[in-house]
Amino acid sequence: MAGDIQAGADALVVDSKDHVATALRDLNQGETAAIRRGEDLIEVKLLDAVAFGHKIAVADIPSGTEVRKYGEVIGRSTVAIEAGRHVHVHNIEGIRGRGDQAVKEAQA
Amino acid sequence: MKTFKAYERANGDIGIRNHLLIIPTVICSNQVCNRIVQMVPEAVAITHQHGCSQIGADKDRTFEVLAGTGKNPNVGAVIIISLGCEVVDPIALAEEIRKTGKPVEVFDIQSVGGSVKAIQYGVELAKRLKADLDRQERVDVPLSKLKVGVKCGGSDATSGLASNPALGVAADRLIDDGGTIVIGETTEIIGAEHVLAERCVTPEIKDKLYYIVDRFEKEVDRMGADMRGGNPSPGNIAGGLSTIEEKSLGCISKCGTSPIRGVIEYAEEIPETGLYFMDSPGNDIECVSGMAAGGAHIVCFTTGRGTPTGAAVIPVIKITGNGKMFAHMEDNMDVDVSQILSGTASIDASGDVIWKEIQEVAEGKLTKAEILGHQEFSINRIGPSL
Repeated sequence: MAGDIQAGADALVVDSKDHVATALRDLNQGETAAIRRGEDLIEVKLLDAVAFGHKIAVADIPSGTEVRKYGEVIGRSTVAIEAGRHVHVHNIEGIRGRGDQAVKEAQA
Repeated sequence: MKTFKAYERANGDIGIRNHLLIIPTVICSNQVCNRIVQMVPEAVAITHQHGCSQIGADKDRTFEVLAGTGKNPNVGAVIIISLGCEVVDPIALAEEIRKTGKPVEVFDIQSVGGSVKAIQYGVELAKRLKADLDRQERVDVPLSKLKVGVKCGGSDATSGLASNPALGVAADRLIDDGGTIVIGETTEIIGAEHVLAERCVTPEIKDKLYYIVDRFEKEVDRMGADMRGGNPSPGNIAGGLSTIEEKSLGCISKCGTSPIRGVIEYAEEIPETGLYFMDSPGNDIECVSGMAAGGAHIVCFTTGRGTPTGAAVIPVIKITGNGKMFAHMEDNMDVDVSQILSGTASIDASGDVIWKEIQEVAEGKLTKAEILGHQEFSINRIGPSL
């Protein structure tokens, strides 16, 4: 779960198991972001622009991976996602509350 | 024992406001109620779209929400206005609310002789009841009597990182002082229910928590659609939330860290002391209305996108972790905890700011939603109109 945040980071990894960091300011494509992960400050070069509050991959994520934030599963990657990419609805999907898939399963 | 100033009710409840409430039993009575409030502006009317062409559990739910809102301890007196032929029984409603010992008047438009006579009669009743309420004064009551709902709406990524964890600290403070917290939004624990389930005090409560989440998810399956787009909403998604699981995991911290002592139905009376889960939709107004009907005195409401939400009979305290939005929509926001994100305030210290605000609002400080006249009210439906 979320905890206190130390000043001086561009983005935050909530839990050491997480694949993603949350941007604490608007970040530009091409810049190197200082990302807080526990006691460490890691550097990730951004391959996309990432708006405040949006997520950045902090490691390469293969397609079909259960993606973690808060140390918990927030969804599944639908494509391979490189470290530094914007992670959002275009490359991860929810696993729960998927009535659309229930319909497909019923028809199959 | 910690105390604060509030209204003492005949049945031992305490009220932090002293509202005169006008309840239409059916949509057909709405206009009469609205006209009475125009003449007696201190009164509050909970106009709604229901009360007729309903059966079974759906009819019962409408009755329970109307009765619960009337019984809410922030309400000092009630006028029930019926049309005279609807399915919600006005006499049964009056009897249920009278169990609290507060004055309840009831009449129907058909018997009185139409809208004009009903408005005139209602205004006379309202003025008399209001004069009685104005003579009541706040007295010292135990802080442990306070019941607070926690809710989030218009969430963004700041909700899970700042405002919800800070609200969780305030929730723990109230429970430490013997008070009660209720959390709802069954849809918004989907993907995070296993975390809350571990905190249920008995296996039966844990099973019920899993059961209500499963029931909601089956409804989504029946609709044949992906939740995403409805919940998380377009605004949640614009704010960086990608899935319901991510939203849920950010949501649950707002109720603090106490054990969950029960899972109650929508609008069911909230038991005293500790943390409870109310089965309710994530929809802001339906959820807050259900908490008010359950007897919550206040709802603390976190938001990142910004929302004007208030409620008819209870103050809604708006809290945000999004500093840019706070500056942009300050007339709707009560507490700014965005310093958590810049690393210049701790979650604990921000929680204490919220806890102080709760106690001030309980003693009469008006929330932004109250100042602006926000009195939203909505009843959750579980059946079709006939």
